[in-house]
Amino acid sequence: MVDLRNRSNLKERKPAGDFSSRRRFVLVFMMSCMIILVARAVDLQVISKKYLKDQGDMRHVDEVSVSAYRGMITDRTGAPLAISSPVQTVSVSPKQLNAIDKNQLKALEKKLRKSQQGHALTGVQKAEVLAVYEKDKVLKVKQMLKILGLPASEANKLLNKTSKFAYLAQRINPIIADQVKALELPGVNVEQGFKRFYPTGEVSGHLIGFTDVNDVGQEGLERSYENFLKGLSGSKRVIRDGQRQVIADIENIKEPVAGKTLELSIDQRIQYLAYRELQTAVETHKAKSGSIVVLDAKSGEVLAAANQPSFNPNTKTNLKENLYRNRAITNIFEPGSTVKPFVVAAAMDGGYIRPNELFETHGIFPIGTHMVRDVHNYGTLDATGVLKKSSNVGVAKMALKMPPEYFWDTYHKLGFGVSPGSGFPSEASGSLLDHRRWRDFDRATMSFGYGLSVSALQLARSYTALADDGILHSISLLKRDEDIDSKRVFTAKTAKKVRAMLETVISKDGTAYEARVDGYRVAGKTGTVKKAGSGGYSEKTYFAVFAGMAPASHPRLIIVVMIDEPSAGDYYGGLVSAPVFSKVMAGALRIMEVAPDEEHTMPILLTKKGVIRPHAAE
Amino acid sequence: MRTETRHEHFQRPSVLGNILRRLHVDIPLFIALVLTSLLSLFILYSAGGQDMGMLTRQATRMVMAFSLMILLAHVNPNQLKHYSAGLFGLGVFLLLAVLIMGTIGKGAQRWLDLGFMKFQPSEIIKITTPMMIAWYMSQHPLPPRPQHLCIAIVLILIPTLLIAKQPDLGTAILVASAGAGVLFFAGLSWWLIAGLAGLLAGLAPIIWHFMIPYQKSRVITLFNPEADPLGKGYHIIQSKIAIGSGGIYGKGWTGSTQSELNFLPESHTDFIFAVFAEEFGLFGCLGLLTLYLFIIGRCLYIAVQAQDVYCRLLASSLAFTFFVYVFVNIGMVIGILPVVGVPLPLISYGGTSAVTLQAGFGILMSIHTHRKLLPR
Repeated sequence: MVDLRNRSNLKERKPAGDFSSRRRFVLVFMMSCMIILVARAVDLQVISKKYLKDQGDMRHVDEVSVSAYRGMITDRTGAPLAISSPVQTVSVSPKQLNAIDKNQLKALEKKLRKSQQGHALTGVQKAEVLAVYEKDKVLKVKQMLKILGLPASEANKLLNKTSKFAYLAQRINPIIADQVKALELPGVNVEQGFKRFYPTGEVSGHLIGFTDVNDVGQEGLERSYENFLKGLSGSKRVIRDGQRQVIADIENIKEPVAGKTLELSIDQRIQYLAYRELQTAVETHKAKSGSIVVLDAKSGEVLAAANQPSFNPNTKTNLKENLYRNRAITNIFEPGSTVKPFVVAAAMDGGYIRPNELFETHGIFPIGTHMVRDVHNYGTLDATGVLKKSSNVGVAKMALKMPPEYFWDTYHKLGFGVSPGSGFPSEASGSLLDHRRWRDFDRATMSFGYGLSVSALQLARSYTALADDGILHSISLLKRDEDIDSKRVFTAKTAKKVRAMLETVISKDGTAYEARVDGYRVAGKTGTVKKAGSGGYSEKTYFAVFAGMAPASHPRLIIVVMIDEPSAGDYYGGLVSAPVFSKVMAGALRIMEVAPDEEHTMPILLTKKGVIRPHAAE
Repeated sequence: MRTETRHEHFQRPSVLGNILRRLHVDIPLFIALVLTSLLSLFILYSAGGQDMGMLTRQATRMVMAFSLMILLAHVNPNQLKHYSAGLFGLGVFLLLAVLIMGTIGKGAQRWLDLGFMKFQPSEIIKITTPMMIAWYMSQHPLPPRPQHLCIAIVLILIPTLLIAKQPDLGTAILVASAGAGVLFFAGLSWWLIAGLAGLLAGLAPIIWHFMIPYQKSRVITLFNPEADPLGKGYHIIQSKIAIGSGGIYGKGWTGSTQSELNFLPESHTDFIFAVFAEEFGLFGCLGLLTLYLFIIGRCLYIAVQAQDVYCRLLASSLAFTFFVYVFVNIGMVIGILPVVGVPLPLISYGGTSAVTLQAGFGILMSIHTHRKLLPR
């Protein structure tokens, strides 16, 4: 104690001693520390300010794209074939979902505190609140899964995940999404988008095609007119919070530009009719597939194009690739006898046959080592008889009278082996061998439709040359007022003459009486084509084809029906495809309000019309 | 010194001055503390998401803390000196109790549940350690002899290590610096200081080895926060962004987007300085630092004026600890020190640290107001 007093006395006698120098040292030390802090503050707030501010903005200001409305696809009357409607996508961040939302927890604690007059919560109570919160969350997750129609077993998976992103439901009804939103689960986000609906479903599925989840056209016209339909997606600036959730929009940077409406040449009513009749025929005849094309004979517009089998673009789940094929446009076949009218027309136009020239057919015609055969021996036929009876020998003889180049040129002009230019993805061009490689027998088989191939669309197009008095029209899947790309292939006189010949095909003793349409004159040609296999032509499998037009006096419509491998007994084009032609043509003419031109059967038409008026009025 | 002239000014007899002197309150320090506390409520309103409930709770704690301060200001320093060792022993005992039966919060065992309230014994030890060392030093000749020094160091290490084990690195640092502050002011020889510093540097790898992984990662993060920007570095990056985007003038009160949008974690507790800096800019920061400097300066002035060794050592140490508080917190928020759990004194939300701090200021006031007036 004495020691201490001495010491402290000593110290007090030396006020400027050890202690004050230490104090000075400490002051200097503290001041330098403070200067370091200030220097750092200046560094952050003045020198690096811009960088840090940008970093901050980068974290909470974000650009989000706003999807544009995809243009509508309509038929020629404006009826929608593909239409976008607003839908919402629900996604979740399981990591956030499983973290405890402090604000929600605090709100619960506050509530409890209020209920007990503001007394602070004990640890036990806090734990209880947490348990209630967790239980409530599990309940809400289950509720959400139920709303979204997901199995309840997903709940456990979801609550144990730590990933940062997963889709829960894509492109759902906004009403359902709103219900999910109302649950206010942390980490669950709802995003606005569009879903494509196809009101006609499988009826025009092949033509329209479909889009993928990102609203990009994948097949059909959705694909070929992608840029026209898609519009321009806009963007907006948003504020995100620390949990990356969008909490507010700041401004629109770019307004989305809606896509344009694509107006097709298709007439939905004819499309329905064509689809229905084709489907019935393919089913009745147990065929592999079938296609039908309906063309406007004057403008080259495609009024209908349907196929079997088809698919529904609205519910395209586990679909096989081959169902997507728009066979009418992308599949090719040998046209068989349906090209015979062109041979007759070419021979007449070129003056290679006389108007009333007769052909000895005998049912068999040797060319070199090969034989051209008819089904029966038709004896001596004039040109009309050759078409009416569909004599292979007859057309082969005509073909051999024409120089190969001239014959080839006619086919080429008719569009065989050339892209029909419909603009449809992977449209088929068919094939037509160069005439320099033709031998005599090739020329003969070409005349009855073997050795070249066409699509149903190409065949229909070639018939415009007969329908519009010798003028071949270009094809269009879009509505247009007139065809500016037409060209003359035959003289009007020849075309009219051949049309008259083709009317006889529909007569009682012709090959396609089944193709007749009451009240209208019909001109057409059947084709019963042996299918080519790996070992040559089959005697058992056929394409049943019919191509025709009506009214024959001034054709307005062309229809091509192609049915692949009918296997329920009948396989003749005149028995399998011609009835389809007849029904679709009858309906389409009525829809188009085309005046009848056949007086003999008009009364039948009138009574029929009377009977089915309610139907016709639809 | 400006503080002195202001002090003289307040010494003039006035009604208010008289009342405050009766209360044994040091007026300049008291005013600075009240100002800081008001500022704290002001910032908390913005940083805590404008939660009035939170504000009321903090205000209640402040009133409690100020009451304790005034209470302690009444206690004669001699009595404090007398109970120093006992209080220190009690503190260490409670620390041991925490280790054995404390509750765990936020990954560390710091709390002792007394049934009616929970508190952190480490807060008591923040005050009692410098009291103990100051008392011990005052009982022996100064500058301290090696044997006394050794005992003092052991006395500091006991609570420090107990707290570090919880683990609560921030409080451990504060306790150690409070004790070390006493030793320094007691005249620890410069050679020894240099030697200890050297030894600490030499031991760094060993300390590193004994550090808990989360403590290690915090040190690594300090030097390279971008290594894990969404994980361990997230805190410090967000904090720097908040401070930087405040600029020179700040975004204005409640204008802090970083904390508002939940980018900045712990925005109302340890990282409240970032919110303050974002809202009030460089000027605000300079103002706050000036306020802190004034408080520290006043405390050091009190230490100089103290009349015996115990008081002088204790006052100096408390002033020094307060400084360490400020420096460590701001240093960590602006990214020059590793992240340790030290709140911004008098500003951060939280009860215990406010109470301890005010208790310290109460002791300082007691030291100052219980001086025997000596004739010059």
